[in-house]
Amino acid sequence: MSGENPVGGEELLRVRDLRKRFAVKGGIFSRTVDQVHAVDGVSFDIGKGETLGLVGESGCGKSTTGRCILRLIEPSSGDIWFKGADVTRMDGEDLRALRRDMQIIFQDPYASLNPRLKVGAIIGEALTIHKLAPTPKAMEERVVQLLETVGLQPDHMHRFPHEFSGGQRQRIGIARALAVEPKLIVCDEPVSALDVSIQAQVINLLEDLQEQFGLTYLFIAHDLSVVEHISTRVAVMYLGRVVEIAPSRELYDNPLHPYTEALLSAVPIPDPTVKRTRIMLQGDVPNPIRPPPGCHFHTRCPIAKPDCAQRVPELRETKPGHWVSCHYRG
Amino acid sequence: MAETLLDIRGLKTWFKTEDGMVRAVDGVDLRIDRGETVGVVGESGCGKTVTARSVLKLIDMPPGRFEAGTILWQGRDLIPLDQDEMNQIRAREIAIIFQEPMTSLNPVYTVGDQIAEVIALHQKLSPKQAMAGAAEMLRLVNIPNPQKRVHDYPHQFSGGMRQRVMIAMALSCQPKLLIADEPTTALDVTIQAQILELMQEMKEKFGMAIMLITHAMGVVAETCQRVTVMYAGKVVEEAPVEALFGDPRHPYTQGLIRSIPRIDRAVSRQARLESIQGTVPSLLNPPPGCRFAARCRFATDVCTQAMPPLKEVAPGHRVACVL
Repeated sequence: MSGENPVGGEELLRVRDLRKRFAVKGGIFSRTVDQVHAVDGVSFDIGKGETLGLVGESGCGKSTTGRCILRLIEPSSGDIWFKGADVTRMDGEDLRALRRDMQIIFQDPYASLNPRLKVGAIIGEALTIHKLAPTPKAMEERVVQLLETVGLQPDHMHRFPHEFSGGQRQRIGIARALAVEPKLIVCDEPVSALDVSIQAQVINLLEDLQEQFGLTYLFIAHDLSVVEHISTRVAVMYLGRVVEIAPSRELYDNPLHPYTEALLSAVPIPDPTVKRTRIMLQGDVPNPIRPPPGCHFHTRCPIAKPDCAQRVPELRETKPGHWVSCHYRG
Repeated sequence: MAETLLDIRGLKTWFKTEDGMVRAVDGVDLRIDRGETVGVVGESGCGKTVTARSVLKLIDMPPGRFEAGTILWQGRDLIPLDQDEMNQIRAREIAIIFQEPMTSLNPVYTVGDQIAEVIALHQKLSPKQAMAGAAEMLRLVNIPNPQKRVHDYPHQFSGGMRQRVMIAMALSCQPKLLIADEPTTALDVTIQAQILELMQEMKEKFGMAIMLITHAMGVVAETCQRVTVMYAGKVVEEAPVEALFGDPRHPYTQGLIRSIPRIDRAVSRQARLESIQGTVPSLLNPPPGCRFAARCRFATDVCTQAMPPLKEVAPGHRVACVL
């Protein structure tokens, strides 16, 4: 099976053939006229304590994948196993318990915090829901402890989100996620909205917290440099499918899929003395309502052959831990 | 010595707000010579966009106002010019493209109409000739099927294609200077590469200069000859691109360069990123002294007393730091 955990550690999350289709409504009766294949058969594993980076361009389905795992979006089909339990069949109390183990940090620190609540209430909300703070005093102590953990001051609990900068808000979002002592955190573009100097602070914080609490991350981002820095392994998505999974350094040193290659070569390097040959992809990403048949990438692929438009390539292991879905590479 | 096109000296663009005066641009010097690409980098709120918009006088006044300084365009100060005189310069001599191509195109006109409007305004052509000119511009920026696409509306184009339309519009009067304000920030990395290549191609074709405003150091390293680094409304360093990345002198520039993860370096993983502590100061009544002092590792008492002026440390390399 694809993306088998090469670390040899304990498996925490297993995703198999995950699919999500969104209906496109139209006409006077709002009938479903089409479907967007946002996630089109994604499989991977995440080992305990590791960080799996999920990269790809806008609309490739990376965020939808993250949200399906948390059941913030209902998957159309596929299996999600968390600590051996089937997430897709959970409801009620089981689902609530699951959400204690899995948390999410969002991209936009301006939109993801309730502007009417004070920081103390934002962080404390989850403690109340999961009954983790028996008394108001215990609650306050826990909030203070969480604020300090993410590098904020205890008196910040009495302030509103608008009184904070973007980086500080992201710290509040992280404190909120940490409040319920989760095992897995889905980080959905957590540093994309931040300036570079602040971005580095937040990345360092996430790495420190991972070490301190033994956290596992699914790190979703479009910035390949950030993903390479923070991830143990990286999965590259294109139009709803995973095209390549490999240990981080291996993927960057020996990319096999032509899309991964083009993506990596397009990243500008902050060093004017480095001159690279760039693989220019022609055109845009095709419409996910009618993705190209066969390999989704064949319309832009520099090495495409006629049968790429007919046969869907399987994700297969070419060397230990390095999986690629291409008929002609690996 | 190349001919100087744009020479901004001591520019102060301030904004009056309910809370007081925001000193968004507070004494900026910037020079752009014919045919060169100058990067203006800095983080949100450093004043790079306000500087760019000041050049074309696209600042709403009030609340904004030019407090001091001159903006010399080929030797002529733009600040005293009225709207009619500025319109002679806009598009024809200095053009601008913005970050978000969807919000800078008019959704109810076809892209052909919008490009033709610019051409007709400045070149006394018949509507038919102007439309033909628009199609020619779309062909130049590599939009497939330009004869048909001129009749499409902005929403029928993808993000990258819209930015191509913006570039076509900006270049339709063959300006001497193109101001590109975060032109690729809203785009995916493979599309960003296409747009940067297109800008380079257009620059070679038309021989224009480019003022590239961005927060992405990688983009600067790959496209610019000279770089100006801004922090909290001030220029902190200015240097040829090799010197800026090879020998950054200002502690802020150093921090900025070191805080970026590098995919081309095998050692980057596991090593901690260098980060700059703290956050950008408020531009509302900023304290005297170096604006970066509160976050600077090397700051001493001197730093909080007066803002150090830019001084030359090597040919073309100027730094505003007491060190």
